[in-house]
Amino acid sequence: MDDIIQAQNLTKTFKDFKAVDNVSFNVPKGEIFAFLGPNGAGKTTTVKMLTTLLRPTAGTIRLNGIDTVTNSENARKTFGIVFQDPSLDDELTAYENMEFHAVLYKVPRRELKERVEKFLRFVELWDRKKDLVKTFSGGMKRRLEIARGLLHKPEILFLDEPTQGLDPQTRNKIWEYLQNLNKETQITIFFTTHYMEEAEQVAHRVAIMDRGKIIDSGTPTKLKEQTQTKTLEEAFLKLTGTAIRDEEASGTDKLRSHARMWRSR
Amino acid sequence: MSAIYILWKRELIRYFRSKARLVGSLGQPLLFLVALGFGLGPVFAKAGQGNYFQFLGPGVVCMGILFTGVFAGIQVIWDRQFGFLKETLVAPVTRFEIMLGKTLGGATVAFLQGCFVLALTMLLGFRVQHLYLIPLALTAMFLIALFFTALGISIASILEDMQGFQLIMNFVVQPVFFLSGALFPLAGVVSFLSIISSFDPLAYGVDAVRGSLTGITHFGLVTDFTVLVVISSIVLALGSYLFSRVEA
Repeated sequence: MDDIIQAQNLTKTFKDFKAVDNVSFNVPKGEIFAFLGPNGAGKTTTVKMLTTLLRPTAGTIRLNGIDTVTNSENARKTFGIVFQDPSLDDELTAYENMEFHAVLYKVPRRELKERVEKFLRFVELWDRKKDLVKTFSGGMKRRLEIARGLLHKPEILFLDEPTQGLDPQTRNKIWEYLQNLNKETQITIFFTTHYMEEAEQVAHRVAIMDRGKIIDSGTPTKLKEQTQTKTLEEAFLKLTGTAIRDEEASGTDKLRSHARMWRSR
Repeated sequence: MSAIYILWKRELIRYFRSKARLVGSLGQPLLFLVALGFGLGPVFAKAGQGNYFQFLGPGVVCMGILFTGVFAGIQVIWDRQFGFLKETLVAPVTRFEIMLGKTLGGATVAFLQGCFVLALTMLLGFRVQHLYLIPLALTAMFLIALFFTALGISIASILEDMQGFQLIMNFVVQPVFFLSGALFPLAGVVSFLSIISSFDPLAYGVDAVRGSLTGITHFGLVTDFTVLVVISSIVLALGSYLFSRVEA
């Protein structure tokens, strides 16, 4: 089967810092693929490049065969995304957020209502369609974002830490939706997470990233065998070490953001 | 086209949804009209300049448009901080469409705000000289709205967060308003002030609205409209360029 995500020799440099360093990987169609790594490993940067939000310093990405740099508009039609931080308009209702997305993605008018209803029902938010998003809990917002990401029937769904900060009930529910969808429609799911047991349960294959490089990849079973560990979490810790990673967050951080205020580009 | 429409619609929904903001934003113009309009009226009349309220009315209308327009443009920073901008940026639409939709939406909101302030001035006693020139005044108001919304988006595209907002208010928006001749006649002011004012985009906007509504102009309506059209086009192009470089 064809690889629906093809990333080759991806590199992203910020000033003198290499966030992603010559990374290559493929994801076949219909796979649930987990992208793991400690904080600051470069996962979010990779996701941003895959979803055309950042331009790679070097390397190429093909989504469903479409180059994301030279043909970004068509590449964008092939995927849906749930970002790490909420990206809904709080001042709009759930329905209006869906409608906004549908029009931007050129969902045909006559299908619009039907499709919005279908996906709002899918995440069990149809009853709340007329409520402003600012009245929603974190879990409801996440579900709405998933419904929104699916609205234009993408072939790939990217999720950047989709279950972060959610209770186990919501987490299970979200994965139940996504696994069902994956079985029914063969949608490819690419996600990042810090919950290793989650990755172990749902992912067909995982890749572990550290310091900008992919250090290992394969099925959870393979990684466990290779490292002679019982759980994916132990395998992960064995591969990446137990030291805590400091993301750049110090006293100088405030100053730095102050200086960045006026972008000098 | 549909993308531009939905972005435009979003701005309008947000504007009409918060009734408190809608009413609240009439507070400042009302204060200017009452305190300055009625307060300075007698002095203005004694100086032989006629009715100050007639003079001030169009200036306050432009003030409403200026503030609402710049705010609407600067909303882009909020959209970025609250993440909504990303949702728009990954959609299969061009940056130019996004910029245009946002600008038209913001400009419509600012224009409507100007209309509400105009209605308020008329309630308080402002009289339109020639009714048939009202469309001309409305055109000028829309051009002002367009200019300042696009300016707001340009600024928001360069700023990373809201910390620079106060800077913009104090060094751009306030001077633009106070030096525009909205509050005092530009004829006869000291020459350095007159020179500064001739570089103030709002000066031409105020003059165009005042000229259309009361018949008194400083630069002449032809100059006013030429300047408004030219600078609006320039800042729209600038905004599109700067916005196209925004990274989420």
